[in-house]
Amino acid sequence: MSILLQALLNGVMNGALIAVPAIGFTAIFAVLRYPNFAIAAYATIGAFAAWWVNVHFGAGILPALLVAFAIAGCIGVGAEETALKQLRGAGALTVAIGSIALNTVLENVVRLFFGNDLRGYDLPLVPDWRFMGLRVGPQQLQSLAFAVVIMAAVFAFLRYTRFGKAMRAVADNSDLARLKGIEPAHVAVMTIFLGAGLAGVGGVLIGLDASIDPLLGFRVLLTVFAAAVLGGLGSIPGAVVGALAIGIAEECALLVAPASYRSAVGFAAILLVLTVRPRGFFGERAN
Amino acid sequence: MLAYLIFALTIGGVYALLALSLNLIWGGIGLVNLGLVGFFALGAYASALLTGAGLPVLFGWGGAIVVGAVAGLVVTLATARLRDDYLAIVTLGLAEVIRLVALNERWLTNGSDGISGIQAPLKSALGNQGFNLFYLAMVSAVVLVVWLVLRRLDRSPYGRAMKAIREDQELVGFAGKNVLGFKVQAFAVSAAIAGLAGALYAHFQSYVSPDHFQPLITIYIFLAVAAGGVGRPAGGVLGAYVVVFFLELTRFLPDLVPSLAPAQFAACREILVGVALILVLRFRPQGLLPEQIVPAPKS
Repeated sequence: MSILLQALLNGVMNGALIAVPAIGFTAIFAVLRYPNFAIAAYATIGAFAAWWVNVHFGAGILPALLVAFAIAGCIGVGAEETALKQLRGAGALTVAIGSIALNTVLENVVRLFFGNDLRGYDLPLVPDWRFMGLRVGPQQLQSLAFAVVIMAAVFAFLRYTRFGKAMRAVADNSDLARLKGIEPAHVAVMTIFLGAGLAGVGGVLIGLDASIDPLLGFRVLLTVFAAAVLGGLGSIPGAVVGALAIGIAEECALLVAPASYRSAVGFAAILLVLTVRPRGFFGERAN
Repeated sequence: MLAYLIFALTIGGVYALLALSLNLIWGGIGLVNLGLVGFFALGAYASALLTGAGLPVLFGWGGAIVVGAVAGLVVTLATARLRDDYLAIVTLGLAEVIRLVALNERWLTNGSDGISGIQAPLKSALGNQGFNLFYLAMVSAVVLVVWLVLRRLDRSPYGRAMKAIREDQELVGFAGKNVLGFKVQAFAVSAAIAGLAGALYAHFQSYVSPDHFQPLITIYIFLAVAAGGVGRPAGGVLGAYVVVFFLELTRFLPDLVPSLAPAQFAACREILVGVALILVLRFRPQGLLPEQIVPAPKS
């Protein structure tokens, strides 16, 4: 029983971390209508930006997260404007392929400067807390709290600010939004900034758990996709629920399968969802 | 130098087959396979294992084709009804799962150590140099045959129907064509060609390991097809040789910039490949050999 509870607890904690980049991915999909594979590189860039200010300037986690958000967001906007924007006329598939190429470029720029070594954040080691036969690391709890706060902030942003409302309007019906005087180009830039920034923050939260290297983003890419597809591509609440479900499924799979197959769980979930309910939990029609 | 040239041309031929495979679905029917390297690996391992069990090499290649086609069927049947971006995500996942299986199922694939001593056909009879020449000729012949078949397909009513699906699948559906059937068949044939490329590669190298099948290869092939000309089989073949030439050329980069560490040099190379792909998509999307639209014969 306590094994199952522990798996559930770990699953929720990991899922909450995956939810942050998954929201970024699905928001970009909702507004710009293409799957952005460069989200992996944005996560890596965020993780390295936070590591840099953490190790060189002794920044704590909160300022490091803000730096990661800002830097990943700015690089995302810069890359989108210089490399991907011009491909939009050729269709979503071309932009998606362009984003894979972009991901390769950005990931290797990180590798060029930082090398392939594993790096860890400079944080005090704290022993796990135990209660009722369960173990939980204070670091994990802190990351979970950050993830929850970030998600709440995103929801408040979308619900109450002008930009957030404009984003939802464009995602819902871009033609109608334009008629109402919303400038799609501005909304696109804002969405990329938000999406890439969230990916960057997600990269930090994932890296805090263990270590970071240039492949950090690519390793979680499949899980992020699985979360977004499970919840329904383009649905932000869906991405959160999908991420939690994937997190729990991964931990439960660990009870019966070797840990090395962890990322296969995401793939199995994608196949299952697409076969049974292609639009995911909250998505629009997918065919 | 000659041996090096023979090696590069053989790898170019393997990449040309992969490019033909990708072009068939990307240029042909408008789907993408982001897990191309997974099908490539499947073919390589299938042939290595079958011939390792004592079967003749030709059976291994046949097995690679069958395994590739079956994997292609499984993937498309789950996703062919959905929008194309879903298929893209699923293929990426499939390649990752194939890599995980190759890494972790030691009883089958020997894990990260890989499978060595894969049969090299006629190597003992021909000697090293002779074998390399023979193998180059054979790979080139396979490329030629596959290219001719796909070019014929491209110009046939079947090929026209495929391209119509690429342009507007709903319209083709209204015209009474079985869109789903076309997609599934095209994807299976494409995956089979990638499997064959894997088998040819495995018996040339005599050694396969998960390291040989990095996701980067998929990007190389996308660059090859985009640069050569999406939608035209000859374009993909030309693009593949150009990409291999470019990759081999970058081997001389360390001599020019001696201060780069090997890892940094590899990073520079991948940056160049990614930038090249973005530039091609933006400035010359039709590639070196633009697609030819042959008018339908008057009936």
